[in-house]
Amino acid sequence: MSEKKEFDRDSISNTLIVAVGLSLVCSVIVSSAAIVLKPVQEKNEEEFRQKIILDVAGLMEPGRNIEELFGAIEPRMVDLETGDYTDAVDPAEFDALLAASDSELGIAIPKDKDIAGIGRRAKYAPVYIVRKDARVDQVILPVYGKGLWSTMLGYLSVAPDGKTVSGFRFYAHAETPGLGDQIDKEPWLAQWPGKLLYDADNEPKLRVIKGTVPVDAPDADYMIDGLSGATLTANGVTGLVQYWTGSHGFGPYLKKYREDSINE
Amino acid sequence: MSETRRVLIDPLVDNNPVTLQMLGICSALAVTTSLLPALLMCLALTSVAAFSGAAISALRHRIPNNIRIIVHMTIIASLVILVDQLLRAYAFETSKQLSVFVGLIITNCIVLGRAEAFAMHNGVGMSFLDGLGNGLGYSLILITVATLRELFGAGTLLGYPVFELVSNGGWYQANGLMLLPPSAFFIIGLLIWGIRTWRTQQAEKPEYRIHEVHRTEVF
Repeated sequence: MSEKKEFDRDSISNTLIVAVGLSLVCSVIVSSAAIVLKPVQEKNEEEFRQKIILDVAGLMEPGRNIEELFGAIEPRMVDLETGDYTDAVDPAEFDALLAASDSELGIAIPKDKDIAGIGRRAKYAPVYIVRKDARVDQVILPVYGKGLWSTMLGYLSVAPDGKTVSGFRFYAHAETPGLGDQIDKEPWLAQWPGKLLYDADNEPKLRVIKGTVPVDAPDADYMIDGLSGATLTANGVTGLVQYWTGSHGFGPYLKKYREDSINE
Repeated sequence: MSETRRVLIDPLVDNNPVTLQMLGICSALAVTTSLLPALLMCLALTSVAAFSGAAISALRHRIPNNIRIIVHMTIIASLVILVDQLLRAYAFETSKQLSVFVGLIITNCIVLGRAEAFAMHNGVGMSFLDGLGNGLGYSLILITVATLRELFGAGTLLGYPVFELVSNGGWYQANGLMLLPPSAFFIIGLLIWGIRTWRTQQAEKPEYRIHEVHRTEVF
């Protein structure tokens, strides 16, 4: 007991030793766990992304192997400027966010066009083509943009007419739990299929409004119910949908898709 | 031996962290819409409470008084990140449903409270058991609430149908209120009422009682 009395745990040296030692030990534990578990987590995330694509396409069957189901979907790369398919990059190895910051593969978005708030985008983008009886049934476009707190990443599926939404879903975001995170919940997402993307002049028109869409509104097909308590998240969704369906995003591609000049 | 039993069993009903001490209510409301995320949350919190208790107890003679809360937070935060990483690797989709609430275990009053009140003054083994007991006390409430909410809100348990829903041609009309946050308040409130009726020593004395003055007394 007498030794313990001599040890002064409140001394400056002990305080420093405990603080530095503990920080070191804890950071080693935390970082090694992160490194060791990273491959498993990345595999999970990739599988989850594929599951969301299948969900958007309406092809998800519970209990089936995701990789097997995903095999039925045809990934292609699109040159966003011309709207044509390209073989310049392999869709399986393409990372849109990484390519956007690359000086070769990415371009800066002019300030006035950057309604999704992303600054830069890749020159190419993958699309996922779903066929039914050899005809193209829908194309699934990756879309992303800034919400309130985070970059929201999702998939938008477009019917063969090139302007009707057939599915929409996010696979990654960090919006406010309980408010903004309604964007990945079923009741809100269920409104998207059947909505129209473009007005008569082929300008993106679909948007998330404030409050609920009036039943008798003449352009109810261009409106999505707002999210109370999450206006900035909802504005972000409007921005990213309008950007990616607009002339700087998939607009040229969707135009060709609409006119059927790209579907072999 | 009875001391060990007491440390482990007491927090289940007699000194329950949720229903008696009113701690950890936030996550108890948020993650109990269905049973599976609630179970995962219980597992996460119980393991963090137990291991942080043991770790803090092992260091208790060295931890300087003036930075002890920071030391507790560092240890707890590291354990929480560890648990979060493990969940993301091995229970990915359920961990997505838990969203921020695993991270918020860091600020859970039960964990920090046990570290400060128990682990700083007791041995490693006892502190581990104390953390385990309090984690289990929290779990007991969460599992009860989650079972009721999922059963009556969606007619399922762990995703398996128990009550046949009207929408599927059955007899049970799902009660949507059970899936909304207020229902967790109601259920926890009813639980506390039930426990305090059964264990009357838990009921608090009223702080103030209105004395009814009769008109004739004044004159």
